Order: sequence, then C-alpha cells, then structure tokens
Amino acid sequence: MSRAPRSAGARRDWGSDESGCTILHVDMDAFFASCEIARRPELRGKPVIVGGQERGVVSAATYEARAYGVKSAMPMTRARLLCPQAIVLTPDFGLYSEVSHGVMEILGEVTPLVEKVSVDEAFLDVAGARRRLGEPTRIGAGIRARIRETYGVTASVGVARNKFVAKLASTHAKPDGMLLVPDAATVDFLHCLPVGALWGVGEKTEKTLAAWGITTVAELARTDLPSLQTAVGRVSGAHLHNLAWGRDLRPVVPGHEEHSVGAETTFATDVHDESVLARRVRELADRVAARMRRQGVVARTVSVKVRTSDFVTVTRSRTLDGPTDVAREIYLVARELVASVDRHGLPVRLVGVRGERVLERQGLAAQPTLEEAADPRSGAQRDAELALDAVRERFGRGAIDLGV
Amino acid sequence: MKFRVERDVLADAVTWTARTLPTRPPAPVLAGVRMEADPSGILNLASFDYETSARSELPAEVAEPGTVLVSGRLLAEISRALPSKPVDVTLEGNKVVLTCGASRFTLLTMPVDEYPALPAMPELSGTVPGEALTAAVAQVTVAASRDDTLPLLTGVRVEIEDEKITLLATDRYRLALRELTWTPSTPGFSAIALVRARTLNDVARSLGASGGAVNVGLSTGNGVDLVGFEAGGRHTTSQLVDGDYPPVRRLFPDSSPIHAVVATAPLIDAAKRVSLVAERNTPIRMSFSEGQVVLDAGQGDDAQASEALEAVLTGEDIAVAFNPQYLLDGLGALGTDFVRLSFTHPNKPVEFTGQDSLDGEDDSTYRYLLVPIRFTG
Repeated sequence: MSRAPRSAGARRDWGSDESGCTILHVDMDAFFASCEIARRPELRGKPVIVGGQERGVVSAATYEARAYGVKSAMPMTRARLLCPQAIVLTPDFGLYSEVSHGVMEILGEVTPLVEKVSVDEAFLDVAGARRRLGEPTRIGAGIRARIRETYGVTASVGVARNKFVAKLASTHAKPDGMLLVPDAATVDFLHCLPVGALWGVGEKTEKTLAAWGITTVAELARTDLPSLQTAVGRVSGAHLHNLAWGRDLRPVVPGHEEHSVGAETTFATDVHDESVLARRVRELADRVAARMRRQGVVARTVSVKVRTSDFVTVTRSRTLDGPTDVAREIYLVARELVASVDRHGLPVRLVGVRGERVLERQGLAAQPTLEEAADPRSGAQRDAELALDAVRERFGRGAIDLGV
Repeated sequence: MKFRVERDVLADAVTWTARTLPTRPPAPVLAGVRMEADPSGILNLASFDYETSARSELPAEVAEPGTVLVSGRLLAEISRALPSKPVDVTLEGNKVVLTCGASRFTLLTMPVDEYPALPAMPELSGTVPGEALTAAVAQVTVAASRDDTLPLLTGVRVEIEDEKITLLATDRYRLALRELTWTPSTPGFSAIALVRARTLNDVARSLGASGGAVNVGLSTGNGVDLVGFEAGGRHTTSQLVDGDYPPVRRLFPDSSPIHAVVATAPLIDAAKRVSLVAERNTPIRMSFSEGQVVLDAGQGDDAQASEALEAVLTGEDIAVAFNPQYLLDGLGALGTDFVRLSFTHPNKPVEFTGQDSLDGEDDSTYRYLLVPIRFTG
C-alpha cells in the first residue's frame, strides 16, 4: 500500500488530451486487504487490517480502516488503538501471490511491455497497443474492469507521459479510480505537490531540502540547479530537478522487477539473548529460502533488518558470492549481518531477513567453486531443503525444522 | 644533518621506499619515510606499516650525519618533480630544507623517536633469478583472491623443497600452480609459507624486474613469521599470512580422458572478440569437436557472437562454459604458443597447460585449473 504523499488540493481532472500519454501505472488498492474481502464478502465495508497479530506491523488496511488513521508499516498495537473495531487478519501470502500472478497475466495480454514493480503494481507502455485496443484511458478502463470481474479486487490506474508521473497519477486516483495527466498539464500537476512526492525524497532529504526552504515541488523546480546540487549532491540534485519538471526518461523494461523475498517478526517481548535472536534469524532464513524455492527464484544479496527497543531500525546487506535459494547460505550471512549491527546494548524488538536482487533460477549460469565441483555431495544442502519443502507440503509448516 | 644527493637516485629510492606507505596509517608517524644520513656516505631510507617494511640505501655526500622523519608521500612527490640537479638536504630546527637548483622546499619533521623499530631482514634462505621469479609470480597471482574478507586466499602458498619452489594460489574458482628452481643457501632446505600476493607482485615488479638475483629470507616458527627479499640495495620484509591453507593440490585431476590443443594467441583474440557480447557474469562457451573448437557467447534476444578455430581433440567431443575473464586470465598467463585443455567431465574443473607445438608434450611446471560455469535446470 502506497504511502506516497498526496495533495488533497490536487484536482481530480486535468484534461482529456491523451496524446503522448502512453505509460500506465496499475496499482492495486489495499491489495492484501482487498484479496481477503474478495474471499470473504461479509467483510466488505468494514475496517480490515492485514498484518502480524499482537506486536507485528500493518501490511495492508482497507480504506475504512485508513479513515481511522491506520497506515501501512504502523505497529499493530497502535493500529488497534486507533481502530479498535478493526478485523485483524494474518497475511495469507499464497493467496496474494496467486491473485497477483493472475493480474499480471491480464496486463500481459494488453502488451508485452509490462514492468512488474512489486506484487501489486506494474508499469505498462501501451504505445503499440493503441491501434488494437484504443486510447490509453480506454485500455486502463478495460484493465480495471477485467481485474474487478476476475478477482473481485480493485486497481487504480495512472496515465501519463512517463513512469514517474504515471505513478503519481495512480496515487491520486485512489481508491478504485483512474487519472489521466495530459502532457500539457504535467508541470501544473507536479507543481501542486509537496516535495516528498518526488522519487528519491525520503524523510532525510525532505529535512535537508526544508533547511534550504524547499518544501514543494514547485519550489524545487524553481531552485537553480547548482544550489540544489549543493544542498543534496550533484547526482541527486540533477535527478530531482528533472523529476520536478516532469522529465523521466526511464523506459518500461518488461520482466524487470526490483523484487525481493523477505520475512520479519516482532518479538512478543524484546529480546536480549543472542541465541534466541540467532534462532529467529534461522527460522526467517528458512522461511525466505522456502518461499524463493517455491517461486523459482534465487537472491544475489541478503539483507537484514534489526529494530531495537527504542524503535531505531538498522538494515545491513551483503552481496553473495553467487545467487542462492538455500536457507543455510542465507542464514550464515544473515547471522553475521545481524551480529554486525551496533545495538547500543538495547534489546531487539524486530528482526527481518530478506533475499534481494532476485533472479529466475531456471537457466541461470552459476560459477561453482573448486570445492563444489570436486565434491560429489555438492548441492546436498539444497536437496535436503527441497525434501523439507515436500514434507511441509504434506504435513504443514511446523512438521519439520531445519537443523542448520 | 646535512647531505647532498643526485636527484634521479633520490627520486627513484624515495618512490620505491614510499610505495607501500598506507593511505590511512594506523599511527601518524607511519605515514613518514625515515632518512638516515650515515657518515660513511650512505643515505638509508625506511618505511613501515607494521606489516610490510621497506629499506633502500643510496650514495650521498654526507656533511653532517643525522636521522629525520618526514611525510613519505610529500617527499616522493617533491623529489620526482625536482629539476635534474644535485639535491641538498639540511635539518634546520624542526624543519627539513630541501634545495635543488632554484627550488626550495621546507618540510615539517615528525618525531623520529616515536618511529617503530623495523624488523630485521631474516637470514638468507636462498637466491632466485629475478626474471624467473617475476614470470612465476605473475602466472600464479592471477588466481589469488582480491577479497580481503578471505585473507588466507589473498596469499600465495610457497612450498620449498631443496632446489624446488612451488607457488600455489586460488580464489576458490580457479587454482594456479607454478614450479621454479632456486639456489637454497643450505642443501635440503625445506619450508612452507603463505605470502601476500600483493607483496609478491610488488617484489617481482620492483626487485625481480632489474634482472639480477633476488635474495630471499624466511623466518618461521619464532614469534612473528616474516619473509624478506633483497636485491640491489633494497630490502623489503612482510609478515606472512597466518592460517592453514586448504589442501588444494588434490583438486588437480589424476587423469583426464579428453584433451584439446589450440594455438594460444588466436584463442585469446577470439575469446576477447566473442566475450564482447557476454555481459558481466555470463559465460563464454567452448565446443570442441574433431579438428575444431567453436567459441560462442550471448543468448536469447541479446547480442550473440561465435567464432571457430582449429583445434586438435583427443577423446570424445566436449562442450564447456567459462567466465570470460577467468578464461582470459589463464590463457594470458601461459606464455606458450599452444595451450592444452584437459577435461574429465563438462562440469569438472578444466586444466590448462602450455606446450610449444601442436603435437608436442605439455609442460606441467605451470598449471591453471578452472571450474566451468554450470547451468541450473
């Protein structure tokens, strides 16, 4: 669920001239929560939150729950305080990935130029599909209708001249809407937004920019480039300046997916004990690896996330020698990364493990080490974990544990 | 302290001595080069970073003996930039004044009494011809790891057995072995040491390249393990890498039922051309059949390239895929007109050796073992 800043003052209609607006950004509305409601229609119209029970965080919330101030990534305890009547559901990732797959198939029928950004959003370049399917907004409407009919969930669509503007347009179309930002209206549209709407402006950059008196996109656009570069650096300054004027030359790259597979847990009580922490890291590595194997992907980078009791969150990552979907390899790196985090003596509230920069495993070229090439048992660990997958498939997740 | 020295001689010696100075020294004094003017007419230069030490001596007209410590980087840059005239160096208070023609530099000195004592050069163990050392080191260090998180593998294992030295290096994906002969100072000398590849490369370049003999000293088993090299008035010592090197020799196959011989230079050229379309981490394939090898790279919708070369194949047809850089490293290190590739299985390591003619015997004093790339099903 998107947390991109929106401007309440932004108009809902910027004109109807579609020429040059061939980029679509399709973004599912409160995706996990919508999937749950599609399965259990009796929940429709109610505040529903998907996320870890007890001390977990919010993964998704229906717009009814958001009306109470519930936001994604918010601690569940706080969400429950804000909206005590909310129905809280544990995530069912199997279901979401199934629906996501179907949605991506629908998009793939429109054009092969689909860039999946994550499980619930994608960019499309429909320039070549217009002759067959009509104007971009017509294509967008068709996509929205098909997703709703097939899966009972809603998607919002942004239509614009490039990826950056299309993404902002879909944010402003939510929920269950579509927004066209005509080429000629792009700059006006951008200039009514806060600076946080620009890609690459997080909390930190926002603060830096505010210190220079820049709080809106319009102000940033009117700042001369050298001053901007002094404030936020050469590369980042040029990047933001381009975005502020609606310039974004990145093409839609089909199949390209900055995808990752991760798992994290919040402890019931904050943890000091290293062995408890290590055990949890091992379980998370196991869960992440099993999911990667199910999806047929391997990760090139392992990252960990550690949140201490004071809510300070640190992430650390390391690129592996070769891509993997083996829990043991992920665990060994994750354990070291977690140990390398300076916690200032504080106990740990949350720990997460993630496989990043994932690739399709099929047909992947891997450089084995001499040791692996010489060892007839090479690949044995992976085979063991595959056997584990099979047992869990039949007897459930808790049936067997990994002795790494 | 006061002395006069030739500009070229000074620049050369300072550059060599300062070359190993750390960019981020563990203590400020370690960024310095120590200059010691000896009344016998010799200027001694020294640098040290607790791991590697370097010393060189050069002739100088010493008017007043003395010792100072100045910034090595600055001294090296200044001496290289001076005009070609005699250089006068004098200590005035806490400053060193360096004059050469009309140029005059003042350098702040560092406290010389805080400078650590340099390790003594280990006792002479033997002598190796400079050219042979340089060639052998270059062939082996291509396979050494540059990853400092694996300190053991950034070293070259040196095994000495009487007149034979064996050098071994691996980064886990390939393994290089080189044998050379030397003259031990005592017959039957035997030792095993793990020397940083960086140190060896540096010694080979700076000491071996001059062509003369290089004296080698090894001291193991008494506190700090050191290796020392000396040639032409320049000494360098380096701490040995600590740890047990993995037993890698056994990785060479006992026998290989298939082998192919190809002319080296055309193969290198073809591999370079074909690998232009191989993106980072994508392999170059080599398919051997009767009389030829076909190189190809690239796949699917991306750019593709292929090229065929003459090859003499003994045994069954075989196809393997390699990381292009690893392949080129091995071929480039051989230094022979022909290369022999010995195979046991498409997924097993391939051994590269050199030979002088298409139908000759291979020379096993240099062996490069490379693991082919595997495709997941």
